[in-house]
Amino acid sequence: MLKIENLHARVEEKEILKGINLEVKPGEVHAIMGPNGSGKSTLASVIAGREDFEVTEGNISLNGEDLEDLDPEERAHAGVFLSFQYPVEIPGVTVTNFIKAAINESRKAKGLEDMPANEMLSKIREKSSLLEIDRKFLSRSLNEGFSGGEKKRNEIFQMAMLEPKLAILDETDSGLDIDALRIVANGVNKLRSKDNAIVVITHYQRLLDHIVPDHVHVLYNGKIVKSGTKELAFELEEKGYDWIKAENE
Amino acid sequence: MDLNEKLLSSFIAFEDKVNVNDEVHEIRTAALKRFEQQGFPTKKLEAWKYTSIQSLLKKDFSIFPGSKCALEYPQVRQYFLHETETFKIVFVDGQYSSFLSETTHDGVDVCLFSAAIEKPKYKHIVDEYFNKVADQKDALTNLNTAFANEGAYIFIPKSKAPVKPIEIVHFATGATPQILLQPRNLIVVEENAEVQIIERHQSLGGVEAFTNSVTEIFAHKNARVDYYKFQNDTMNASIVDNTFIEQHDTSEVSVHTFSLGGALVRNNLNFYQRGSHINSIMKGVTLGSERQHIDHYTLVHHTEPDCESHQDYKGIYDDRSVGVFNGKIIVDKIAQKTNAFQQNNNLLISDTATVNTKPQLEIFADDVRCSHGCTIGQLDEDALFYLQSRGIPKKEAAALLMYAFANNVLESVKNAALSKRVKDMIAEKLGVKIGFDL
Repeated sequence: MLKIENLHARVEEKEILKGINLEVKPGEVHAIMGPNGSGKSTLASVIAGREDFEVTEGNISLNGEDLEDLDPEERAHAGVFLSFQYPVEIPGVTVTNFIKAAINESRKAKGLEDMPANEMLSKIREKSSLLEIDRKFLSRSLNEGFSGGEKKRNEIFQMAMLEPKLAILDETDSGLDIDALRIVANGVNKLRSKDNAIVVITHYQRLLDHIVPDHVHVLYNGKIVKSGTKELAFELEEKGYDWIKAENE
Repeated sequence: MDLNEKLLSSFIAFEDKVNVNDEVHEIRTAALKRFEQQGFPTKKLEAWKYTSIQSLLKKDFSIFPGSKCALEYPQVRQYFLHETETFKIVFVDGQYSSFLSETTHDGVDVCLFSAAIEKPKYKHIVDEYFNKVADQKDALTNLNTAFANEGAYIFIPKSKAPVKPIEIVHFATGATPQILLQPRNLIVVEENAEVQIIERHQSLGGVEAFTNSVTEIFAHKNARVDYYKFQNDTMNASIVDNTFIEQHDTSEVSVHTFSLGGALVRNNLNFYQRGSHINSIMKGVTLGSERQHIDHYTLVHHTEPDCESHQDYKGIYDDRSVGVFNGKIIVDKIAQKTNAFQQNNNLLISDTATVNTKPQLEIFADDVRCSHGCTIGQLDEDALFYLQSRGIPKKEAAALLMYAFANNVLESVKNAALSKRVKDMIAEKLGVKIGFDL
């Protein structure tokens, strides 16, 4: 599904990703772990197409389609979804209207008519109950005044609505209390299928108790320095990142 | 002959057309004298520091329309809010079009200024109100007063309200290639009365129009007036809109100005509070593009205690457009417990757009709440990326953020049809269709 080969990326003059290789197959969950500043969020942004980062070498493809020349919205239409570490507040646009716009723009790109209002409504009902989201919440301005947990739940609600092929969850566990973590993780698990894939980016192991990965990779200094199974996450939790740092100095 | 000379010499011809033996004409001649002394405003005046009308004055404007151009309703349908659900006072090249209008005298008077100054039935109203709140020190207002003859006349008696909103629409047609239009509106809303008015100026074809409009509004005790200005004219058209509002006890007047089109747009919006517990509301959404120049010059004068004023102007400027906001608030010494709020937020979409924003507060009372804030910013790149990453293309994402930016003002439009029209006009200007009703 996702294939990353020798990816190098920089922001301004600073090289952040220094040759990443990663392959994610349909149905798989991959976790990318690593200390702060190792390039985890950069990798997520580069896959989603953020313009601030310049890809200097290598490439990213989704189901054989090269993503390099696609704008962020075109990547979304191709099935990429990024759950933001810091979702942006947009006063004046309600959660419902935002999701309607997102769905209908994706449909437009595929040559489809707008989703019929009743279909939209029942889908919103279904997916919001999956994330235990109150209906009042849906008429609030997008992320404005949301708690950390509400923001992350809203991200996964959008994921549920948009049904991406590849979902990248960037530090989805940060700022969540244990109940919110459970709700978010349950939501994600219900969205897992043999046709989609999930990349979980996290600093800590605790989210991986709930969303169990098939593969765990350690990102350090812009490179994947170790890959393994979920046991690798436990090892990291136990030993900390110093061990990785020491090995790679 | 420059426009100034042309106007002065045209006054004699104008006198042939109107009744020169009444009080209105005395007011006209006095106003012309003041205009002669003042001349057109230049950038040397503090109030015109950022806006120049000099290039307009070089054009060879006709002062009086030539042959009358007949417009059919289907040709201009798009410029009206409703075919039947509004009263209409319509002018074509400055002349009343009975064909396109729907006036009324059923309990309220929605008709013509030219008729009101001639008919004895309305004369006492005209004599009582005409040019009573208009600023005698303002040259362009004086010029309009000197030639005041045509416009809307709206009189809402005590405790009445028209059964539907009123549209005042001015068309300029190509029958006269360059035309100066000087409409004069008089609106009197008596105690406990209400009215909703929509005003629009529209040039058709390639006609170059310069409109110097004056509107006087009198809102008596507990009256409610909601006034909407739709400024979406062509790039050949310019307007200086001078609106003067006198308010009495517990009245509430709101003016929404939607400035999307027109080459040069200057709105002089003046509120004079003459009582207590008055609320004055000024809101605007401006979308500038190309080389548009859009200037909002507001004044609210608090003269009695316990009154409020609320100003909220949102400006979005692209290309080489220029925006100006000057908001003056005067609070007299006696006007304690005034609550005056002013906000002007601007977004610059291009590197070549400009905004000049200036709050001007003159506060002589000591127990007041006056807050003001001006911001100039750009579209939030993080927000744009967020929207794009959800599949919303950049252009639509930008439009969505602009809507969101203007949302506070858009939300305050009470009439649903009006609100939809405004949003449609904005979407059209931005060249987008967004997949939901905002």
